Amino acid sequence: MEWEAVIGLEVHIQLLTNSKMFSGASARYGAVPNTQACAVDVALPGVLPVMNVEAARMAVKFGLAIGAKINHHSVFARKNYFYPDLPKGYQISQYELPIVQAGHVDIEVDGVSKRIGVTRAHLEEDAGKSLHEDFHGLSGIDLNRAGTPLLEIVSEPDMRSTGEAVAYLKKLHELVRYLEICDGNMQEGSFRCDANVSVRPKGETKLGTRAELKNINSFRFVERAIAYEIERQIDVCEGGGTVVQETRLYDPNKDETRSMRSKEEAHDYRYFPDPDLPPLEFDDEFIREVAKTLPELPDAKRERFMREYALPAYDAGVLTATHEMANYYEETVRASGVDPKLAANWVAGDLAGYLNKENRTIAESAVSAPMLSGLLRRIADNTISGKIAKDVLDAMWNGEGDADSIIEKKGLTQITDTGAIEKVVDEILAANSKQLEQYRSGQEKLFGYFVGQVMKATAGKANPKQVNDVLKRKLRG
Amino acid sequence: MFHYKSLAELSSALHAKQVSSIELTEAFLGRIERFKQLNAFITVDRERALAQARVADKRISEGKAGPLTGIPVAHKDIFCTDGMLTTCASKILSNFVAPYDATIIARFKEAGAVILGKTNMDEFAMGSSNENSYFGPVKNPWDQAAVPGGSSGGSAAAVAGGLAPAATGTDTGGSIRQPAAFCGITGLKPSYGRVSRYGMVAFASSLDQGGTLVRCAEDAACILNVMAGFDRRDSTSVDLPVPDYTQTLGHDLKGLRVGLPKEFFGEGLNTEVGQAIEQAIAEYKKLGVEVIDVDMPNCNLAVPCYYVLAPAEASSNLARYDGVRYGYRASAYTDLLDMYKKTRSQGFGAEVKRRILIGTYALSAGYYDAYYLKALKLRRLIAEDFKRAFERCDVIAGPTAPTTAFRLGAKVDDPVAMYLNDIYTIPVNLAGLPGMSIPAGFDGTGHPIGLQLIGQYFKEPRLLNVAHRYQQVTDWHNKIPKGFE
Amino acid sequence: MSLSRTDVEKIAHLARLEINEQEAQTFADSLSQILSLIEQMNAVDTTGVTPMAHPREAALRLREDKVTEGDERSKFQQIAPAAEAGLYLVPKVIE
Repeated sequence: MEWEAVIGLEVHIQLLTNSKMFSGASARYGAVPNTQACAVDVALPGVLPVMNVEAARMAVKFGLAIGAKINHHSVFARKNYFYPDLPKGYQISQYELPIVQAGHVDIEVDGVSKRIGVTRAHLEEDAGKSLHEDFHGLSGIDLNRAGTPLLEIVSEPDMRSTGEAVAYLKKLHELVRYLEICDGNMQEGSFRCDANVSVRPKGETKLGTRAELKNINSFRFVERAIAYEIERQIDVCEGGGTVVQETRLYDPNKDETRSMRSKEEAHDYRYFPDPDLPPLEFDDEFIREVAKTLPELPDAKRERFMREYALPAYDAGVLTATHEMANYYEETVRASGVDPKLAANWVAGDLAGYLNKENRTIAESAVSAPMLSGLLRRIADNTISGKIAKDVLDAMWNGEGDADSIIEKKGLTQITDTGAIEKVVDEILAANSKQLEQYRSGQEKLFGYFVGQVMKATAGKANPKQVNDVLKRKLRG
Repeated sequence: MFHYKSLAELSSALHAKQVSSIELTEAFLGRIERFKQLNAFITVDRERALAQARVADKRISEGKAGPLTGIPVAHKDIFCTDGMLTTCASKILSNFVAPYDATIIARFKEAGAVILGKTNMDEFAMGSSNENSYFGPVKNPWDQAAVPGGSSGGSAAAVAGGLAPAATGTDTGGSIRQPAAFCGITGLKPSYGRVSRYGMVAFASSLDQGGTLVRCAEDAACILNVMAGFDRRDSTSVDLPVPDYTQTLGHDLKGLRVGLPKEFFGEGLNTEVGQAIEQAIAEYKKLGVEVIDVDMPNCNLAVPCYYVLAPAEASSNLARYDGVRYGYRASAYTDLLDMYKKTRSQGFGAEVKRRILIGTYALSAGYYDAYYLKALKLRRLIAEDFKRAFERCDVIAGPTAPTTAFRLGAKVDDPVAMYLNDIYTIPVNLAGLPGMSIPAGFDGTGHPIGLQLIGQYFKEPRLLNVAHRYQQVTDWHNKIPKGFE
Repeated sequence: MSLSRTDVEKIAHLARLEINEQEAQTFADSLSQILSLIEQMNAVDTTGVTPMAHPREAALRLREDKVTEGDERSKFQQIAPAAEAGLYLVPKVIE
């Protein structure tokens, strides 16, 4: 039988606010345990939550970016359960009326585009952390993260393959960083993903029983965990068994998912509207103000780059992968005034190579956009050849100064004096009479040999185009 | 002798240097000690109180004093008090030294009032008799075999016995008004949102409201001047201007319309209480008010509605008492789950457990609509009853409680009978309106009777004035229990 | 609606309360009484009535995104039943 996978993703993103969702404690990552847990976060008796406006703005911004409905009236509810990292014994979340509903994200897999529905996105607070280092057999609780604002983004079960799931996740990842509402750091847990996976015979319209996969916090794990789970469920079904609805934990070491028995116990979260928090209400003005802060979104930017800079789709894709990369590119084009395609080649090619090699983001680039512009200008005005430019870039990357000073210091200025080039060509031809004879008798592929000899003689500084022209002329005899 | 003087009298005595705050504080501390058998206080910190009194005396002599500077005030042990035990009368918080001040406590400190001590109460404010305290029941100064009412029973007994000139309390379903009635004093529960709930240990967040138990309406106005006001730490706090509540006392009542809901005078109302209320209404007529009948058809169901909503909220509010970060933790347990269960079942008393169970049940899967949602809808109908009534009248009057103080132990085994004590006070909390109880006589056994007055949202000035005018022409609020003179 | 001992035990577990058999029975009795009080609500038809979760119809007030609270760990952990190295200690949490 042919099987079809049905995948839905629940993504939690930590919103990039200064303070927590309901308290004035810092939401910064990585502080000494419990030094960013104020009275509200520790849930002392008598404390009360007060909502952070920025978290609401960010949620609205996200909703606008995915073409969703923004609910002017949404409600905070308490989700009740006991856990040591949940100090109040309930999590403030949104249940019946979330802030964002019914949006979508467009993905492309193998050249085919597909629209993935986003059911809802709601605000909720993060929990603290249980640390399992050994404290005489006890666990330690750090509440620094407790109360950090989260946006939970729930997709429709619209994905049919691991490829689609990863594409959706990457798209979301790109989007939230573009919107500057999340730093997207999966390692630190600011972008987390759970997956609901089920299988059904191809052609069936009813959904199969799903398993919820937890702990898949990298794109690679998402891919592998879902792939494993699809295979597992198909095996179960084909073996005549039935898939049970359960939560499964992905173990990256063994590359498998396994049932989380400890969470098997039937949950009854007893959601009810939080009496400490009146409903969250927006007017159109609030939404209009947020809309004004909306940046150009990745898809729109990609299209514009192709149109405005006449770039091929691939280049446009690489250059718009992040907001920062796109800004860097546009600044380079503006500052250098060179052909946008030339700039694209250098940003997406050589510079990206350096960044990848050293695992840096564009913001951490050793060569700034104005510096790169200086280099590109020298290529465009024929001061240096593209080949020499690579050496200059290397020197720039190593902090040896800007393009002009490196060119000058190393005497890399291109030879464009036709007379000088002719002189070198004459010398080369004279010294290689045998090859010249072979060439003239029809072995035209020796042309490259002569070019190489000329470049070697000029330490690569001769203008390649002029070398070609002169050689062609002289070789004809 | 200052122990039954009004706050205004105490303040002018302090300002006139007839007495110092130290002396006043010593005097009340002495009475607390002398009437220890009332069990009105959980914590008394003599040194701290005297230190505050010393500062207050300095402020007075420097001319930087306000109306409450130097006056000792007792606080219900539900308000977090920095560096002091704040137990909520529960074993689970029996070792909890609060690391911060409730907004209300901070306001009293700023006003220069002295913290006399923390008063006994029903555990987590759940109760109508003060018999649900981990620290034992409080006795009613009028009859020490009778309950003082609850949950602010310690505050009520302290003021009635002259152990404190004023006390704070909280009222979720009648917890200020009913003990005020049982102890023959004046109690005020302001409109929901008027007084900050920050630092007030939560019982049922959408119903809880801090207020005061005092000797007369004028004192209530003085205290409300300190307590009322916007607090940015409380999302349900109201950002409305706070008038000087003492300024509107004494206004003429001519033409004021007082509504009597017939639902407050039906079956279950003790005859003597009913008669006293009728006499009070007659007194009001003499003051020129117009008395009209109003209908509150859904108010009879306020008790069932409340016993879904309050426990539901409480079941969630009390989940934080898990022995992890503060408070009591069981000494022996096998694992995390066992620690939770042992801590909580050893730490909470029977009534608190009962309400957590009801609330948990009402919110659980399959029952939410039938209980919780139904109660929220009924709550709307009850609030609309008030809205309709207030289109025809300015103040609603009736009994505070169906009976006077009952004997200790009389209702401990019958929770439903206990709950019905609050039948007239609960609707006011459901609607979030301001309410008062003022002394209006005594029954044949010498137990005080309370008259309840209910005002419109944030019309505390009118409510206080209506109470004050009655107290100008009656003497019930000046009565003192035998042995406490 | 009356509650059985088993019902009570189930609810008690949700609420993390340990109750013995005898307590379960006592609670079953009193909770059943309270439930019959509560069910008086059914006397009123509430079809179409908007639920009222808050006593006042007000919108949530929003706070500026500013860090206003500092580190109070030592003060808070002074009153903790068990704390070490700045962490609250609990019996092993099993994932």
